[in-house]
Amino acid sequence: MIELKSLYKSFEDKDVLIDINAQFENGKTNLIIGQSGSGKTVLMKSIVGLLTPEKGKILYDGRNFLSMSKNEKKTLRREMGMIFQSAALFDSQTVLENVMFPLDMFSNDTYRERVRRAQFCLDRVNLIDAQDKYPGEISGGMQKRVAIARAIALNPQYLFCDEPNSGLDPKTSLVIDALIHDITTEYNMTTIINTHDMNSVMGIGDSIIFIYQGQKEWEGDKTQVFTATNQRFNDFIFASDLLKKVREEETHK
Amino acid sequence: MNTLILKPIATLGKYLILMWRTFARPDRMRMFFKQYLNEMVQLGVNSIGIVLLISFFIGAVITIQIKLNIESPWMPRFVVGYTTREIMLLEFSSSIMCLILAGKVGSNIASELGTMRVTQQIDALEIMGVNSANYLILPKITALMSMIPFLIVFSIVAGIIGAFCTCWFGGVLNAEDLEYGLQYCFQEWFVWCSFIKGIVFAFIISSVSAFFGYTVEGGSISVGKASTDSVVMSSVLILFSDLVLTRLLA
Ligand SMILES: Nc1ncnc2c1ncn2[C@@H]1O[C@H](COP(=O)(O)OP(=O)(O)OP(=O)(O)O)[C@@H](O)[C@H]1O
Ligand SMILES: [Mg+2]
Repeated sequence: MIELKSLYKSFEDKDVLIDINAQFENGKTNLIIGQSGSGKTVLMKSIVGLLTPEKGKILYDGRNFLSMSKNEKKTLRREMGMIFQSAALFDSQTVLENVMFPLDMFSNDTYRERVRRAQFCLDRVNLIDAQDKYPGEISGGMQKRVAIARAIALNPQYLFCDEPNSGLDPKTSLVIDALIHDITTEYNMTTIINTHDMNSVMGIGDSIIFIYQGQKEWEGDKTQVFTATNQRFNDFIFASDLLKKVREEETHK
Repeated sequence: MNTLILKPIATLGKYLILMWRTFARPDRMRMFFKQYLNEMVQLGVNSIGIVLLISFFIGAVITIQIKLNIESPWMPRFVVGYTTREIMLLEFSSSIMCLILAGKVGSNIASELGTMRVTQQIDALEIMGVNSANYLILPKITALMSMIPFLIVFSIVAGIIGAFCTCWFGGVLNAEDLEYGLQYCFQEWFVWCSFIKGIVFAFIISSVSAFFGYTVEGGSISVGKASTDSVVMSSVLILFSDLVLTRLLA
């Protein structure tokens, strides 16, 4: 479980995160949603330590990340996996080498065992056939899946995904969502996902927090979305006519 | 005024901090050596061609120019070979060649690291708990520093061959005179000077361009700018330190 306690982050004179409190439980896909520019990426980068918040606490199963020493942080990092908005695969390495990279760097297994583990992860995301290709030679959706395989190579306890669906078609998005959700429940990980994709919200929204201009406006889960009364939340979720219609039908049932 | 003084100092500070992070013990020696070998090929071996080509022609051109310009009845005939050797050894094969490499290798390093930065590959390394500066930059610096003496030797040899070609094929002067001149009053120390200078310049090229690439912010335009800036900055620093080193080593 990851807990955030009154987190603040600003750039120069601009407050980007204001008093964020939240809990992300394990075995669940925890969504952070909000408009473009609302601060989702900044929040996620603060949680994983790529940015340093000014105030607040980040507790990884009770361990305060911000007061850790450099070495403790390094150890904790081994328990984290992250999937970036742009997949961020190492483009000088093949797919298999990408997935093996964290193992090469941190595990003491033999070469054989590392290859086998990497192939297992690639198989998990259905990409075993592409193992000798380079990231430039595979599609965006495949790159995202390789990124997932790389993120889970070391059996992380915490998984972070920054807009795993951006730039993908709806069907591929569903595949990625299902993959992340399955892996999360299978290994009982604490998974946090940034998204503004409504299919993800309704599909894997085990727990949702809605950020509006750096503040948490609403929290709940996917079953509570249609009955939410927060105006800003509704304006964000039901922005399209199609979704408005769906809501009407749902509420008139 | 404030920005005129403070900005360079801030940049220097950031550079030193990056170097501090770079020169740490690698997390995995095995991975370091793998990268080190890769970089030796990419930065060193792949530069041999351009070094040979340019040095060959410069060696030939220097010989011809000197022959044409200082020829006179009371000038010993070996002077042409002697002067060519001194120019190649003292300046061309170390300083000028490193200026050329600053263009080739420097822009290569800066754009590679810059692209890794904007596509979040560096963030991905950091998330895994890898010291990205150490993993990416240290192999580049050490590889270029260890390859540069070889490149200098290649450059000197190619220059001498170029000079001989002017005798054999151009008939510019007598090959025996050239050979005598090339060996006349040879001081081994000058070769070591070339190596010392080259190694210092290699450090400048690799660390400065790594700094510009690693600290890119924004998108592809910034990567292009970083690559240009790194070439300009490392060239200026090479020229400046050439002056200092020449004073010190002379
Ligand atoms: N390094 C930075 N320096 C200054 N301001 C920043 C920086 N990073 C982000 N911001 C600002 O913080 C705000 C939130 O940005 P963020 O990237 O978190 O948005 P987001 O919710 O992830 O949007 P998107 O859905 O488009 O990815 C933006 O207004 C942005 O300008
Ligand atoms: Mg974002």
